Amino acid sequence: MHPVIPYVLAALLFGIGGYGVLVRRNAVLLLMAVELMLNAVNLVLVTADATIVGLPHSGQVFALFVIVIAAAEIGVGLAIVLQLYRLRRTVATDSIDAGEGTVLPRAEPMPEPGSAQTGPDQVGAR
Amino acid sequence: MILAQTVAAAGPALDAAPALAAAGDVSVGEQVVFWILAPVALGGAIGMVAARNAVHSALFLVTTMFALAVFYVLQAGPFIGMVQIIVYTGAIMMLFLFVLMLVGREASDSLIETLRGQRMAAIGLGIGFALLVASALTRGLGAVSAQGLEEANRGGNVEGIAAVLFTRYIFAFEVTSALLITAAVGAMVLAHVERPKGMKVSQKERSRARFAEGSYPGMKAGPGVFATSDSVATPALLPDGGESDRSISRVVPARGLTSAEAAPKHTER
Repeated sequence: MHPVIPYVLAALLFGIGGYGVLVRRNAVLLLMAVELMLNAVNLVLVTADATIVGLPHSGQVFALFVIVIAAAEIGVGLAIVLQLYRLRRTVATDSIDAGEGTVLPRAEPMPEPGSAQTGPDQVGAR
Repeated sequence: MILAQTVAAAGPALDAAPALAAAGDVSVGEQVVFWILAPVALGGAIGMVAARNAVHSALFLVTTMFALAVFYVLQAGPFIGMVQIIVYTGAIMMLFLFVLMLVGREASDSLIETLRGQRMAAIGLGIGFALLVASALTRGLGAVSAQGLEEANRGGNVEGIAAVLFTRYIFAFEVTSALLITAAVGAMVLAHVERPKGMKVSQKERSRARFAEGSYPGMKAGPGVFATSDSVATPALLPDGGESDRSISRVVPARGLTSAEAAPKHTER
């Protein structure tokens, strides 16, 4: 009974993560669901390391690699999400038109923090 | 509340971990912790998928990751459990929350299903999959117990991992370092915004604009100041006796008042 609980839990977590990837529209939450799937795989690796006869600690080393790769992936993925937000002012994956060859109109760039304060009213209010 | 429960459960588990898992056979305490924490982890995962608010979703994921860290500690991996807490809940989730705060008001998500019956089908298939995996694994692994863990963990878990990591998996380790530096450079390139030199407003130009003709650098008088009426519709008097239009809120005339009411009240001298 001992190794079965973590394995089944990992399978369920992976399934929930996959469902989250499919159903979420916010790009940040989508990446979080991917993280859940990676965590499920980590749980399988660590459990297998503790229960299956083989080179000891291999599973834990693999889990360590997965964690490192997840950190790298999240760094790049969130940078892409931020760039997307800067360009389109939204992170909803449904509203991004990825049609081939169509150049989408570039949304208004983010207002500079300093530029809004040079109007006469705001200057006077200081 | 779930988080507190998780942390409370983690306390005794940390002390007992190596002895429990290295012993090889299933101890009662280990099973109890598993049965408590497995629903917590599952509930966190379901909450993450189902929560409407993005920040709640992130916190649910933190709960799940804490529960998984306790699982790792229980399975003779205290080092990997600590790495899970430090890297995942400490660094990655904070990065997620940081970006959620940056993205801001659009963070909430609509959960309307686009395919009819999709959710029910997913739940049914998930339960079926869990039953399938559970039955197969129970048959396959029912009598398996850990072997060699005690000897491997004798010198300490960190030493054991290091010995394997820096001998057998040294090439993967080096490749991972290259991957990490590539990812760091890539994230910097993606997040960097190139701004032309002319667009950058210097402190000098800002100060010039502030004192330019037509803008008044000082504080403006509030409505009713130096006037006989303290109505918000009464403009303040400037030092030269004139009325300051800027002291009246732009909102006042737009609140359904008659034009006589909205007109600036003049000060009687």
